[in-house]
Amino acid sequence: MNSLILADISEGFWFPPAASTFAKQVDFLYYAILWISIIFFIPIVIAMIYFMVKYRQRPGYKGSPEALHNTPLEITWTVVPSFIAIWIFWEGAVGYLDMAIIPDDTVDVAVYAAKWNWNFKYKENGAESPILYLPIDKDIKLTMQSKDVLHSFFIPAFRAKRDVVPGRYHYLWFHPTREGVFDLFCTEYCGDNHSTMITKVQVLSDEKYKAKLAELVKEPEDIVERGKWLYERKACKGCHYAGTEGAKGPGPSYNGSWGKKVPLANGTEVTFDENYVKTSILNPMEAARKGYETASAMPSYKGQLKDEQIDALIAFIRSLESGPARPK
Amino acid sequence: MSAVTSPMTTTVASPDKSPEHHYLNHSSGFLSWALTLDHKRIGMMYLAGILFSFFLGGVFALAIRIHLWNPNLDPEAAWLSNATYNRVFTLHGAIMVFLFIIPSVPAALGNFLLPIMLGTKDVAFPRLNLGSFYLWVTGLLFFTYTLFSSGIDTGWTFYTPYSIESKSAVEAATLGVFILGFSSIFTGLNFIVTINTMRPPGMTWFKMPLFLWAVYATSIIQVLATPVLGITVLLLALERFIGIGIFDPALNGDPVTFQHFFWFYSHPAVYIMILPAMGIISELMSVHSHKGIFGYRMIAYSSIAIALFGFLVWGHHMFTSGMADVTTIVFSALTFTVSIPSAIKVFNWLGTMYQGTVALNTPMIYALAFIFLFTIGGLTGLFLGALSTDMHLHDTYFVVAHFHYVMMGGTLVAFLGGLFHWWPKMTGKMFNDTAGILSAAIVFVGFNLTFLPQFVLGTRGMPRRYASYVREFQQLHQLSTIGAMTLGLGLLVAGLVLLHSLFYGKKAPMNPWGGATLEWECSSPPPHDNFSSPPTVGDPYDFTSVEYDGKTGSYFKKKK
Ligand code: HEC
Ligand code: HEM
Ligand SMILES: [Cu+2]
Ligand SMILES: [Cu+2]
Repeated sequence: MNSLILADISEGFWFPPAASTFAKQVDFLYYAILWISIIFFIPIVIAMIYFMVKYRQRPGYKGSPEALHNTPLEITWTVVPSFIAIWIFWEGAVGYLDMAIIPDDTVDVAVYAAKWNWNFKYKENGAESPILYLPIDKDIKLTMQSKDVLHSFFIPAFRAKRDVVPGRYHYLWFHPTREGVFDLFCTEYCGDNHSTMITKVQVLSDEKYKAKLAELVKEPEDIVERGKWLYERKACKGCHYAGTEGAKGPGPSYNGSWGKKVPLANGTEVTFDENYVKTSILNPMEAARKGYETASAMPSYKGQLKDEQIDALIAFIRSLESGPARPK
Repeated sequence: MSAVTSPMTTTVASPDKSPEHHYLNHSSGFLSWALTLDHKRIGMMYLAGILFSFFLGGVFALAIRIHLWNPNLDPEAAWLSNATYNRVFTLHGAIMVFLFIIPSVPAALGNFLLPIMLGTKDVAFPRLNLGSFYLWVTGLLFFTYTLFSSGIDTGWTFYTPYSIESKSAVEAATLGVFILGFSSIFTGLNFIVTINTMRPPGMTWFKMPLFLWAVYATSIIQVLATPVLGITVLLLALERFIGIGIFDPALNGDPVTFQHFFWFYSHPAVYIMILPAMGIISELMSVHSHKGIFGYRMIAYSSIAIALFGFLVWGHHMFTSGMADVTTIVFSALTFTVSIPSAIKVFNWLGTMYQGTVALNTPMIYALAFIFLFTIGGLTGLFLGALSTDMHLHDTYFVVAHFHYVMMGGTLVAFLGGLFHWWPKMTGKMFNDTAGILSAAIVFVGFNLTFLPQFVLGTRGMPRRYASYVREFQQLHQLSTIGAMTLGLGLLVAGLVLLHSLFYGKKAPMNPWGGATLEWECSSPPPHDNFSSPPTVGDPYDFTSVEYDGKTGSYFKKKK
């Protein structure tokens, strides 16, 4: 896990590692515009400083008010930048079409974005994971959907980005060219924990990828482990910290709550037990906690979790009864 | 109440007959200000309000930068909670955009200068003008209310559906924006009518100072685009109150529609912010170079071109939002058309210095800083207008740096330059020039230190609006924070220089810089009626007959 913490240390001054086929196009155009900009900017600054010195007001010097107009010059500095702009536009559009047109024969992954968590489901065998695992040198196609608000899927090392919009499917494709672990960010503001909606993408060799999927598809047997497994995949982790006791994220921490009395928004108190947890998951409004009135509301999971899964979640939450265990 | 005879003696002789009688002492008492119809007093009240908003927005900005000193990977140990951080950056953006930058130049400087530059007594509708000011104050109150209730955490862009479900005070903020919109529309309307109908005999369109061209172009955008903002925030409020289902996907609405609505206003709005600033720079470059503006017509036309093209490029804020590919490509092409007029202006300003007599004083130094910073801002727009690079850069710190270079390095720096330039006219006091230049230098260094690292953060992948970040970004963030502190210091110095001048400044002569536009032909500060007799209109950029008089420390126009 440790190797995942420091993912993309930049290799050059400007960019993170170049790990997909898009990187070549994007970086080329970026450097091209950078040089064009420098070629414009330096003379502008030099002219400015030169004029500041040469024509500065001083005793015995008087400028001439003559130069007010110069048609050839004005035409030049309109037309030349125009052609350059057209070229930049053209290069950008060509690169964009490459990103927009999805090739046939892809490895398909479904992306579920929810406040504040990414979950990936692999078409090959139905496995799920909170980290995105990909095979190297394959065309990958993501079918992305959001449960709640706008999110945006961004892997800097792939130079790939696309918004994830509720009520629509958005697609994104790319072709990883390099094994390793890279950052994956949400780049569309999505509320309280937007900045923690980050995970990693790991590009693996073909065998390792196959092995990983086979491993991922096995859900843990042990009920507590299974609860934790669901906690990481059903977005609970984005709102509820299982770390320090009492740590307040968007939702309450589970730690050390079991069996205690907790205050509700309607003024009553309730014991934190199986029933309370189940109501909280299925009808959160009914069991709204005091102090969370302005928080990002807990979504109802009615119809999305099977009874057996809720039991596992309850078992996991109960296992945190005795305080910090920092599952990480 | 009017001070007809004043016992005070003047130190510098002024050509005005009753030098001590001016708009500031024309009448006194709270109501004489609160109910004034005098465009100059309204301009000064705006100025005070706008500077207050800027201060407020600035405090939030520093809070953001201090918070980002650390990666805040453990939310428990962070200075601000994520929820608080989101409220801070939202209020920072919303205050800076809606309460400060949009009204800054037109409402404060524009109000003061427009009638004087036209040689008239006031704007066309003085009561409407006062009304606009009170609408602005009401908008401010709404924002202040959000601050003391549950805050506002949607970002200044209010993107749906988050803004529909957010439990923060979205209603108050959107109503505030709605009201501020009307303030802006009325100001624009007033200026358009004034410029169309009240130009003095002899001032044809092409004899108009470029500042007025810029304000005119701005006013057109304000009148045409702001209603769309009004309807957008109204629909958002309705969506929250009664769920009309236009933007909310849960009700079969489409959140991307909101983005089209929003940017249809907000892209033109970036030109509401920059055009008046460009107008200021045209004045400053020419007056302090003591030379006519280079390519007057090109500058005038490019203002109008920018105003019109500006309506066609809103989609460039939505390249990753899933628009059709053709739409996306067309918006990219159109975006490049607006970059050309901006480039032309930069070349023309440089051409203005050529063979001029360049006075390196505070306003001019700010103007030169503007050219440097705005050029960077404009050039980085190219990276964002090009589609493939924008796929990588969108919603990263690169965008943050880009728009700070154009809005802060551009508009704010031009506003400060304009403020120093017209300060003697507005207050009748000269400021300490050396200290003013020092402030410009600190602002310049601080600004670049704050925002250059953000370009690199952006290309390396640091997303916008993050309360915490992965470790690899920390050094660049810290550089940026140090820069922000420096920038704050520079602004503080600028403020102190102006404040100092109010109490200890020398009396300002009529025309301290040698300008040829009409505002330099009335005394400093101007009398209540601006001009005792209608001034004669000449070429606003004819400096051949403007000469310096060592005795009064003022320039004056030689009679031909
Ligand atoms: C968008 C954020 C969010 C997500 C995702 C979320 N919750 Fe919650 N949760 C909350 C908030 C806020 C509260 C407190 C208000 C309330 O009780 O409704 C809460 C309350 C609870 C409570 C009551 C806890 C207490 O101390 O009173 C439980 C149990 C719970 N959630 C379980 C879950 C589980 C299990 C999941 C995943 C399947 C989950 N939550 C996902 C935000 C969230
Ligand atoms: C020189 C021409 C310019 C070009 C080509 C240009 C291009 C762009 C593009 C393409 C974006 C969207 C980037 C993204 O979100 O991915 C953008 C963002 C922005 N630009 Fe510019 N721009 C230019 C000048 C200006 C000026 C003059 C201003 C204002 C004074 C301005 C203000 C902004 C703002 C505020 C944003 C970000 C809005 C947000 O997302 O919050 N730009 N620009
Ligand atoms: Cu997000
Ligand atoms: Cu724009």
